Amino acid sequence: MWVFRQLRPYYVPYLRTLTVALTLLGLFTAMTLLTPYITRALINSVLENHHWSELWPLVLALPLLSLTSGVVNFAQQYLNQDFSQKCTLRLRAALYARLQAHGFDYYDHEHTGNLMQRVTGDVEAWRTFWTQGMGEAATFTFNIVLGLVVMVTLNGRLTLFTVLLLPFLTISVMRLDRAMRPAYSRIRQSMSDLQTVVQENITGVRTVKSFAREDYALRVFETRNLAYMQYNVEAAILQSRYIPLIQLIGNLGAVMLLWYGGMEVIHGRMSLGTMVAFFGLLGYLTGPIQQLGFLVNLFAQAFASGQRLIEILETPDIVTNRPGAKELSPLEAKGDVRFEHVSFHYTESSDRLALSDVCLHAKPGMVVGLLGRTGAGKSTLVNLIPRFYDVQQGQVLVDGRDVRDWTLESLRRQIGIVPGDTFLFSASIFENISYGRHDAKLDDVRRAASLAQADGFIMELPDQYETTVGERGLGLSGGQRQRIALARAILYDPSILILDDATSSVDLETEYEIQTALERVMQGRTTFIIGHRISSLRRADEILVLDGGRIVDRGRHEDLVRRDGLYRDVFQLQFQGARG
Amino acid sequence: MSTVTSEARPSWKRRIWAWLGSVERPTQAIERFSYQEDEEIDRPFNWAQLRRLLTYIGPYRGLAAAATAVTMVGSAMGLVRPLILLRTIDRGIGGHNQGLLDRYALAYLATYLLGWAAAGMQMRLTTRLGQSILARLRHHLFGHIQTLSLDFFDSRPAGNVLVRVSNDVNALGDLFTNGIVNLLTNVFLLVGIIVVMLILQWKLALASFVTIPLLIVLSTQVRKRIRLGWQAVRRRLSRINAHLNEAISGIRVTQAFTREDENQTFFSVINDRYYRTWMNTMRWSGMFGPMVNLTGAIGVAIVFAYGSTLVREDLASVALIIAFIQYVGLFWQPISLLGGLYNSLLQAMASSERIFQFLDFRPAVASPPGAPELPPITGAITFEHVSFAYAADRKALDDVSFEVRPGENIALVGHTGAGKTTVINLLSRFYDPTAGRILVDGYDLQSVALPSLRRQMSVVLQETFLFSGTIRENLRYGRLDATDQEIEDAAHAIGADGFICALPQGFDTGVGERGGLLSVGQRQLLSFVRALLADPRVLILDEATSSIDTQTELVIQHALERLLAGRTSFVVAHRLSTIQRADRIMVFDHGQIAEMGTHQSLLDHDGLYASLIRAQFRFLEGGPLGTRG
Ligand SMILES: Nc1ncnc2c1ncn2[C@@H]1O[C@H](COP(=O)(O)OP(=O)(O)OP(=O)(O)O)[C@@H](O)[C@H]1O
Ligand SMILES: Nc1ncnc2c1ncn2[C@@H]1O[C@H](COP(=O)(O)OP(=O)(O)OP(=O)(O)O)[C@@H](O)[C@H]1O
Ligand SMILES: [Mg+2]
Repeated sequence: MWVFRQLRPYYVPYLRTLTVALTLLGLFTAMTLLTPYITRALINSVLENHHWSELWPLVLALPLLSLTSGVVNFAQQYLNQDFSQKCTLRLRAALYARLQAHGFDYYDHEHTGNLMQRVTGDVEAWRTFWTQGMGEAATFTFNIVLGLVVMVTLNGRLTLFTVLLLPFLTISVMRLDRAMRPAYSRIRQSMSDLQTVVQENITGVRTVKSFAREDYALRVFETRNLAYMQYNVEAAILQSRYIPLIQLIGNLGAVMLLWYGGMEVIHGRMSLGTMVAFFGLLGYLTGPIQQLGFLVNLFAQAFASGQRLIEILETPDIVTNRPGAKELSPLEAKGDVRFEHVSFHYTESSDRLALSDVCLHAKPGMVVGLLGRTGAGKSTLVNLIPRFYDVQQGQVLVDGRDVRDWTLESLRRQIGIVPGDTFLFSASIFENISYGRHDAKLDDVRRAASLAQADGFIMELPDQYETTVGERGLGLSGGQRQRIALARAILYDPSILILDDATSSVDLETEYEIQTALERVMQGRTTFIIGHRISSLRRADEILVLDGGRIVDRGRHEDLVRRDGLYRDVFQLQFQGARG
Repeated sequence: MSTVTSEARPSWKRRIWAWLGSVERPTQAIERFSYQEDEEIDRPFNWAQLRRLLTYIGPYRGLAAAATAVTMVGSAMGLVRPLILLRTIDRGIGGHNQGLLDRYALAYLATYLLGWAAAGMQMRLTTRLGQSILARLRHHLFGHIQTLSLDFFDSRPAGNVLVRVSNDVNALGDLFTNGIVNLLTNVFLLVGIIVVMLILQWKLALASFVTIPLLIVLSTQVRKRIRLGWQAVRRRLSRINAHLNEAISGIRVTQAFTREDENQTFFSVINDRYYRTWMNTMRWSGMFGPMVNLTGAIGVAIVFAYGSTLVREDLASVALIIAFIQYVGLFWQPISLLGGLYNSLLQAMASSERIFQFLDFRPAVASPPGAPELPPITGAITFEHVSFAYAADRKALDDVSFEVRPGENIALVGHTGAGKTTVINLLSRFYDPTAGRILVDGYDLQSVALPSLRRQMSVVLQETFLFSGTIRENLRYGRLDATDQEIEDAAHAIGADGFICALPQGFDTGVGERGGLLSVGQRQLLSFVRALLADPRVLILDEATSSIDTQTELVIQHALERLLAGRTSFVVAHRLSTIQRADRIMVFDHGQIAEMGTHQSLLDHDGLYASLIRAQFRFLEGGPLGTRG
């Protein structure tokens, strides 16, 4: 039940609709229970005792009753759907909000395919429970209660027989529930696994194709596909043990009724009409009992899915606003960045430091270059400034204040980053460039694009800025994608600009043009440039050379080329051939 | 002509119709993301499509037959019960015969016991049937998608494809698990009931069937709307899913640019639209059940009305009427089940429509049937007047011709967007040229079996992709039968083992989705090793070292010289240190080859290449950029 308690906020606000729906459902059930009375009257007084005059009123009552109860039924169903859809609406929105809020560390370890399965499949299972489950549960209760009331009024002793079966029912139902919960968890998990394979093979389709690994992909897919199927079949086997049994127990009531009721009629203690009416009523009792197994299933599924949803909703974020965090106002932000003895590691254990004891001070307007071997920690270093991760030791300060003491949003609002792997959305180029600045006009966007040397090729596209680029920017060349990402960061108008190997796919000539253009942009902004090409770093005010998470050298280009070290090696490698 | 007053005060009838027919009004939200939507399909019920869907039962015919048989046993029990009841009342109770009553009660019990056994078996069989069919369909669909070429993937967000393989296929679950079997048994039951009723009292039977046409007329009105409704619901949902998928994979950008709030707004718009579309559909869908019940009630009324005259004329007994009422009740049960089934059939059709749409998509790039395998190649490559356009009227390559000798190292340079990657895309036959041909060892690329071609070529793509899994698994992707030792040797040759061994689990470290737990350069290194491990005849490197530091790059270059001696290679790069060693350099400009030659000859030529190279030295001029400069 804890799942339902935890997820309360996603259905409690709409319980009023549900209450109305269920009340109507009760009314509907009561109305349908009138039918056996009419039938009894028809048999007893009309057919058996030949009061023919009562025939027509009674006969007409039947469709009339059905019509009115139909209207009630419709309203009930509609409200019930409205309720469950509103619940899912809210739940989906909450999940989305949580997914947006989860930090980088969360996504480092979660799979898109897995998350997708949760927000689609699991949400659906949860909804099904509320749509069908609540309706069924209520019908069940109403039918049992009202049915019993009517039965008692008709014949008390006969009722007793039927009630005897209830304990057996309860036990079977509880067993079923216990068996089904883990079964559904397995099904859900294997669906996630399946989804992940599909997702990866679609996003990585170029890799699959270039290695001609279609068959291999299909084989991997097939094992998971079969696992999913197998779990479903296993669940069905479990069900087949209990559900028919539950139905049988309900049906035994009918047999006893026939036998015992028959004797009562033979001995003249009960009329035939009553017995037939009893049969009708028994249908109202056994019908829902037949559905009971199904209801338990819905419940178990909702439980398994709800659990997986709670995992998204309740996983705490590590990077959050501290109490008392201050707003970094855009007008006052200067872009002063300081690292004081910063150490950082991604994993739990601190024996693999990604950064150790890093100190640096970038004054407003300064250009800081970062060079280092692959995996030296350059991206890690800059990722600490917008608090994509939090440091474990030392502190990062922006404008003289620990980044953790600024509110996350206002801090990130001051930092424009061009990441090493470009991501573009399925949207127009305009949308992609103005991603962080929804109020931007076309002129602003064009200006930013010009600075990133992107305006030229964009204007050559058929729809220019309205051209839709596919997911991850398919349909553009690598350098074109990078320049759009660059334009996006420029338009963001941050006081700290971070270019993480942002021109690696751009030719030297274009890079030169970008740099010249950026000179103006960089005025008054603190800029971090990560690059492997000397050309990208050459004009920085300070170049930091990283190795194994430490700063091993620092200085200007002129100083560094004179010193023996990593920087000079790189310089020579990159420039020696060209002079010849 | 409607007057002003009637405009202001619409009649009840009109109001109800307006409510039922209200199409969601387009919301004024700005369309921030664009996902290709499937067009509305307003065709009548498509029998051909249903038949096609049913072919998936094919291999499970035996299972389907068994499931149906078992289900029928269960329904037959339902058919027999009123008969026993009729006899019990007539002879046992009516005849005051305790012995008969006992016997009938036992028979009654027996029907339930048999039904119990049948139900258990039915559940197992139908689930096995349904799940087997789904697994087969999923396999078929995924297998087919794998054969599709890149034009298909270029135009669709991954989320869309994902939803078809999982959600749309699962939406057919109901149909295949219970639907088909229920359809058969219900039809059987229906026929059985009709026959029994006709035998018992044919006049009364015919009278109680009077309402069937009424039901048919009513339901056809509602059906079409329900069908269109469900289609719209699916479309809305697929949009939500496409966005979700992208929102998750692009989360890092969203957070960096603090776009969370606006995305939330966008999402609530599409979320809300889905809600409203659903509720609109419910208005029609919810009418179906009550309508069926009403016609059922009319049927019962007729049995009583007409039955009582029969009883009066002594043409029927009271017990017969009682049995008849049971039968009429039974009779409406399959009909309303069939109605529900029809509903789920409609939903299933909406999904299968979308599945078949994918299955009918033909790959633009495919080898002709029975294409011969490409024998081991030496690596001679010829482009003959090759032109290519990704989309009409925007040529990415324009009449490109060149010849490459076996074992030659070619560097492709040029401005971004000049067409370098496109050359590589054509060479690995991700796309086919719009004009001209490409020959490998004299074989036209389009005439040989595609896998045999790709297996002899390795491409390190500009955009690195790693699978979630361990480093070892990722490297082995290049050659599935590579031993651990071979994998480690390859990594060593490239200088990648240094960082790998520093990781906590070495080669068995997980890399995360898309390799997210590694640095960008490390990812690139791995994809490089993976390509080398494939031991290709032709190696294609599209900016394969753009994110790798210069020293490591040097290691790679020395390794390549050794490993690739005598093999053809294409290298796209912007770094001079990478380019200058090539045997020949091709300079691309706006989709054409502008210059071709060795490093030195091109420098002497003083054209585009020379100016590209000189750009490097321009960086050396001037001082630092910042304010301190
Ligand atoms: N899938 C695609 N659909 C449509 N147009 C494309 C697609 N891929 C590339 N283009 C366009 O084709 C042209 C050539 O692109 P290509 O990728 O070959 O450039 P490139 O020389 O490799 O550039 P870079 O150095 O930036 O990678 C570009 O104008 C690009 O916008
Ligand atoms: N999300 C992560 N989880 C765990 N380890 C990580 C993560 N991201 C990076 N690392 C590890 O931290 C180290 C530093 O990575 P970082 O991305 O900072 O390198 P880098 O200097 O930017 O390299 P490159 O030039 O290749 O981009 C690497 O060894 C990398 O494997
Ligand atoms: Mg390219």
